Amino acid sequence: MNQWASLGEWLAMGGYAAYVWPSIGLAIGTLVVNMMMARRRHAAALQRALRRLAIDGYGEA
Amino acid sequence: MATWTWFHKLGSPPHVYRIAGRFAPWFGWGALLCIVYGLFGGLVLAPPDYQQKDAFRIIYVHAPAAWLSLSCYTTMAVAAFVGLVWRMKIAHAAAAAIAPVGASFAFVCLATGSLWGRPMWGTWWEWDARLTSQLILLFLYLGYMALRSAHDDLQRADRSSAVLAIVGVVNVPIIHYSVYWWNSLHQGATVMKADRPSMPSEMLVPLLVMFLGFTLFQLWVLCTRLRAEILERERNARWLQEQIRDGAR
Repeated sequence: MNQWASLGEWLAMGGYAAYVWPSIGLAIGTLVVNMMMARRRHAAALQRALRRLAIDGYGEA
Repeated sequence: MATWTWFHKLGSPPHVYRIAGRFAPWFGWGALLCIVYGLFGGLVLAPPDYQQKDAFRIIYVHAPAAWLSLSCYTTMAVAAFVGLVWRMKIAHAAAAAIAPVGASFAFVCLATGSLWGRPMWGTWWEWDARLTSQLILLFLYLGYMALRSAHDDLQRADRSSAVLAIVGVVNVPIIHYSVYWWNSLHQGATVMKADRPSMPSEMLVPLLVMFLGFTLFQLWVLCTRLRAEILERERNARWLQEQIRDGAR
């Protein structure tokens, strides 16, 4: 970790900040979006299934 | 026949739904830990490359994204093949579940490659064998998803998209070997080659951890989306009502 003299130097990425940080940001953003979409899809499927079961009369009992 | 029971169990939606639900949290938390550590190791701890300086750090997202796009495609093609040959619905569901994550990381691979290529090669894009075959991979994913959504009938969507997935798998070895078969701007393999990886361990370990993290993430997405697919395909199954009423969601 000794290679970085300061936070500013780390953020500057030796002059490549304009290429490094967008790459990292895009990758993290894509991970997060994939996670949210997968969770939302499962939750929506579950809601639909519950509604269908309620209509079919399975819901009570 | 005992060896085949696992195969039959894999074909049983209630079993897969439960197993996927049990494993998903492990994959998810494992992925988070690995990715956080891998990024810290790659962006903070690893020394700069002697040639590329700090620009080389893009490798910590670029290479795992490439790996994810290829492993998702291979998984998708194998699942589609199993679905087509053994008429296993759950295999088709798995293939459909994994396509979006693979497609999005094929895009991330291309975009981060472009951001890396600009300072190193002096160009955002080149019609080079590696880059072009990776672009074709993205189009295969998009074609697969478009073909699925073009059919109203789920069975026909499963079958026709499976054929595309299987045919397209020839592109996977082409991408991997493209840097050897053709003159390419792209560098050769750093990690996945027969002799020892050409990287010191302070650089290599975070990269390997990132590969593991992305693989676990792929498995988490597969589990979660597969469960959604099962819920939608098993419309009126009796097990489903017991499963979701018991709160074991």
